[in-house]
Amino acid sequence: MHLGPQDVTALWITFKLALISTSILLVLCTPLAWWLANTRWRGRTVVEAMVSLPLVLPPTVLGFYLLLLLGPRGVVGGFFERIGVGHLAFSFPGLVIGSMVYSLPFVVQPVQNAFAATSTRVLEAAATLRATPLDRFLTVSLPLARRGFLTAAVLSFAHTLGEFGVIIMVGGNIPGRTQVASIAIFNHVEALDFASAHALALILVVLAFSLLLTVYAINRRFKVVGVGS
Amino acid sequence: MSIVARFRLDRGDFVLDVDLDLPSHGVIALFGRSGSGKTTVLRCVAGLEHAPGGYLSVDGEVWQDGDRFLPVHKRPIGYVFQEGNLFPHLNAAANMRYGLDRTPPAERRVGWDEVVELFGIGHLLDRHPDQLSGGERQRVALARALLSSPRLLLMDEPLSALDHARKQEILPYLERLHDELDIPVLYVSHAPGEVARLADHVVLLEEGKAVACGTLRDTLSRLDLPTALAEDAGVVIEATVGAHDERYHLTRLDFPGGSVYVARRPEAVGSRLRFRVHARDVSLAFCRIEGTSITNLLPAVVTEVADADTPAHVLVRLEADGTPLIARITRRALDQLQIEPGLRMWAQIKTVALLA
Repeated sequence: MHLGPQDVTALWITFKLALISTSILLVLCTPLAWWLANTRWRGRTVVEAMVSLPLVLPPTVLGFYLLLLLGPRGVVGGFFERIGVGHLAFSFPGLVIGSMVYSLPFVVQPVQNAFAATSTRVLEAAATLRATPLDRFLTVSLPLARRGFLTAAVLSFAHTLGEFGVIIMVGGNIPGRTQVASIAIFNHVEALDFASAHALALILVVLAFSLLLTVYAINRRFKVVGVGS
Repeated sequence: MSIVARFRLDRGDFVLDVDLDLPSHGVIALFGRSGSGKTTVLRCVAGLEHAPGGYLSVDGEVWQDGDRFLPVHKRPIGYVFQEGNLFPHLNAAANMRYGLDRTPPAERRVGWDEVVELFGIGHLLDRHPDQLSGGERQRVALARALLSSPRLLLMDEPLSALDHARKQEILPYLERLHDELDIPVLYVSHAPGEVARLADHVVLLEEGKAVACGTLRDTLSRLDLPTALAEDAGVVIEATVGAHDERYHLTRLDFPGGSVYVARRPEAVGSRLRFRVHARDVSLAFCRIEGTSITNLLPAVVTEVADADTPAHVLVRLEADGTPLIARITRRALDQLQIEPGLRMWAQIKTVALLA
């Protein structure tokens, strides 16, 4: 088992990527999930289907479209190019955007389900106790949905750890900048350096397993004690 | 001072159409079967339901009129739900503080200690809702509603989710609320017993319409009112403890029109009590009968005769010096005695049910 400096960097980039994209997703998806849980608009199903697309599409398809979008001639990449920031393909911000699209359903669905499970009666009670709509959201809806948020955060983080296809399409394989752990493993195997591949792979397995263990343990504890403690 | 409410809602299979002018003091019961629209009226008053084109004013302050619709959180109400509806993520104290914290200090009229004492919940404050019994949850919910210092308290069958024992546990608290705090209450119920015990004023709803509206005494003693009351017909009489008979362990209750004896009561002479006389416990005679074990006899005048819940029976309404009574007798007895309005008779009361 051997972990070279490049592997450590790749792990660090993976961790940073998962943390940043999960954080931004949680913020952006909260209003979307709230809206999906409460709207009676018929077009809702179309939006829901779109949110779930990354679950079934091959990551290379997602990555391909994102590359076109974020590259120098894409709508988004071109805009950033013109304002002097540079296009987003093969950059870390490009990876973050790619990961966010890839993990979108893993954040929206648990949060949406948690919001939908909150009884409207409890929110009505808050309204009769003089709480404004925003106040009700912050003091009743959010705390009651915290299990959903926790599940969303852990799933999105773990899912991003294992991302491969989108990243190789959008970010390429630039060591120290866009090379993440899963791609580093691929490189090691290509080079027949199985010892290094083993080391990285084992770290990812242990990490992913402990994260999922946390989610299930938390869900279990909540079930026994109720949402109160 | 009054509550004026006009709501019309058309939901296809259910149409609500009420026009109410209610006193804004005491306990006003919205009474009727399930599906009669009583909860919908309450939700419209709270602003949880919007009946377009409706009108609502409370003590002259308009809450709904035309385009004006005061949102729920701006209405100075307290709402007690059937199931309590406590916030599951907060303990009892935090639940109670929720409304209190959002009430401007200048508007706070109900004190923390007062409410904790009134509902006997001092030992429950740090418990979470899932660690409370149904009755305890409902007491905390009542305290929570009161601590937001409402000018109008709305209660939606607060006892219906509780078993008999729990109901008996809560009822005294509701009575204390009535006696100690001067907040008008709109009380939704389908239980005649609760209404008789708590209400001062009754609105009887049937299929979305208010079919009767008046004081408890007048409404319960009307014979033309439909089914909701008929099977359990009777009157409620408000009386004063007149005297105690220590030898026979009896208490005399006085009211306009007469008095009755009941088993010895703990209340002091002069206390006010409510009791209920079921129509099935009243029989009628032409003269004061001697040699009967029934000791409660009242002279009364027949005012009305109406059909009862079965073809074999009729309901006879009488007045004893302003106090109404209803007797449920057989149609054969009615014909044999030739009972008709204006006749002076003696009402024999077999038993009375004390309500407090």
